[in-house]
Amino acid sequence: MRDKIIIGLVAIAVALLGWNLYNIFMVVPDEANQGAIFRIIYIHLPTIFTGFLGFMVALVSSILYLTKGDMKYDSLAAGVTEVSLVFAAIVLVTGSIWARIIWGVWWAWEPRLTSMLICWLTYAGYLMLRRAIDEPAQRARLSAVVSIFGFVEVIIVYKAIDWFRTLHPQAVLSVRGGGGMAKGMEGPIYWNWLAFVCLATAMVMIRMKQDETSREIDSLRREAHLY
Amino acid sequence: MKLFLDQTFTIAAKDLRAEWRTKEALNASIAFSLVMLVLFSFAIDPESMPEFSGGLLWLVFSFAGALVLNRSFARETQNDCLDALVASPVPPAALFAGKALANFAMLLAVESVCLPAFGFLFNIPWATYFWSLVGVVLLGTWGLTVVGTMFSALTVNLRLRELMLPTLVYPVMIPALMAAMELTRDLLNAQPLSGENLIWVRLLVAFDIIFTALSVTLVDTVLVG
Amino acid sequence: MNALEVDAVWKYFGDFPALRDVGFKIQPGSVVALLGRNGAGKTTLLRILAGLAKPSKGSVKIHGSEVRDEPTRRRIGVLGHGISLYDELSAMENLVLFGKLYGLDNPVQRAGQWLEKTGLERVRDGLVREFSRGMRQRLAVARTFLHEPEVLLFDEPFTSLDDKAIAVLQKLILEAKERGSTVIMSTHQLREAIELATHAVLIRKGQVAYAGVRREEMVGDPGWLYRTFEGDTAS
Repeated sequence: MRDKIIIGLVAIAVALLGWNLYNIFMVVPDEANQGAIFRIIYIHLPTIFTGFLGFMVALVSSILYLTKGDMKYDSLAAGVTEVSLVFAAIVLVTGSIWARIIWGVWWAWEPRLTSMLICWLTYAGYLMLRRAIDEPAQRARLSAVVSIFGFVEVIIVYKAIDWFRTLHPQAVLSVRGGGGMAKGMEGPIYWNWLAFVCLATAMVMIRMKQDETSREIDSLRREAHLY
Repeated sequence: MKLFLDQTFTIAAKDLRAEWRTKEALNASIAFSLVMLVLFSFAIDPESMPEFSGGLLWLVFSFAGALVLNRSFARETQNDCLDALVASPVPPAALFAGKALANFAMLLAVESVCLPAFGFLFNIPWATYFWSLVGVVLLGTWGLTVVGTMFSALTVNLRLRELMLPTLVYPVMIPALMAAMELTRDLLNAQPLSGENLIWVRLLVAFDIIFTALSVTLVDTVLVG
Repeated sequence: MNALEVDAVWKYFGDFPALRDVGFKIQPGSVVALLGRNGAGKTTLLRILAGLAKPSKGSVKIHGSEVRDEPTRRRIGVLGHGISLYDELSAMENLVLFGKLYGLDNPVQRAGQWLEKTGLERVRDGLVREFSRGMRQRLAVARTFLHEPEVLLFDEPFTSLDDKAIAVLQKLILEAKERGSTVIMSTHQLREAIELATHAVLIRKGQVAYAGVRREEMVGDPGWLYRTFEGDTAS
């Protein structure tokens, strides 16, 4: 059953992305100021949204593990963080490419990119911590605490760096109060977001399945070595 | 409440007394910070130091402070003292608070040597807005202390403790360091705290409150298996 | 009221159950030898009894209250593998510290008494790091008994003690028993433990294989319990 869901999600994602790709390159016009490179926003923004959504799920999952003690929540938190970290890396890469084309530099220490880099470092630490702990319950407990600290810190960093003046394009999405995008150009962002969320969910489910199997093996090994 | 405070102070006094007998962490920390200051003189043209002063000072504080913070819970693993403390009636929150207070005092001790040394070596007038600077140092150091002590507790039983502690703790310290650096740079360049700066003060205070509350709440989970 | 009530305790490490449905009751005034092979779950169980770990399922009550409650922890004394003393503090300072943490009204006085009882009066102001191994062990015992706990938990107490310390500890355990305190000691040193014990609990692969009074068969032949209840020929 679970495998069917995974395949289903991937199929939806591929279909959406395929259709959107057509949309993005054929239908949507060039942006007035930035030209063709603007289309990178159709990857850049959805990946940010997916990544952040993932870290929020990780936070909730970590809290649920600490209150309920069910290892499933730990599996979910770890899986989601791993996948979100990949998405965060994509944000950094696409952001960097965009910066190079528009501003001529590979990296700019401006608020959004800096926040994302710090976020990436924080959660990379989370994964390193997990690798350093062998015992599953201890690993789950300690990494849940780190996940909570990490999320709070990422929020604070985001707000703090926001107070700096910025090179970054101001909010352009209509939902965020920026009225900057022409009709017809905003749609594909949200479709891509949906596609990425499907993809991310599929990846997390695969990861969780791996995690369950490895825990089972670990438990059997312990039992076998007992006497 | 009184009992909680008593226990907190008992723990803090114990840490400070033990440290004072050996002065290992304090000496290492002060020596390290002075070496860093010397290195800075090579890395940066001392003429342009005023611009970088705030940032560099807090870099020194945080690196030297990490030496002290790492030892905080690590010293309890010797002779299995941590188990005795956790098994005792002391609430983990009091244990944390006591250690955080002791660490705070030790970090301030290191900084009170480092700051004048910095002023002396690089000709930075640090006494111009002395009380504002003291305020910023207190707020910023508490931020570092609280997060560092918490992660010291978290990593205490890990085999890769010395590696994991810095890896985990520095990203989390970033907001506090950022604010402290901005404020210190302004103060050392003879700009008083007002208007725009106050955002950073508010950030620092918010950071301190949020992470103190979070740490006190979660330290029980971290210490009791 | 039972001194100790362990009720359907399970402890999972990930998916592996280190303790499975462990349950037994201990009356006050008992001296319990907690036996079992390495890896059976003795230390895990003791850590839960000491409040150092929480059970995944089930409960542990000491004199009717949860272990992690503060008033309860005040009534428990723990002696683990390490001495749990600070090298940079003196014998007196160590005992006064723990006296304060355990809420004693007169920590200094009580510390003095226990230094005498364990023969460490002469070195009260000496730093622990300068003590010999035997002195450190005796001070650890003093620390454990300092607040006159009603429940004492020992993890292999005789393993690292020299003869003098063993004698002191045995005497103190007997005194505790007379007072109505309860002692639980996990041990491999069957001989010393069985002499003192009134009860025995055998843990096998995380489960209770035997929980009851010390049997006559055990006294002369400590391995009897293992052979009978472990179900194997090697003792």
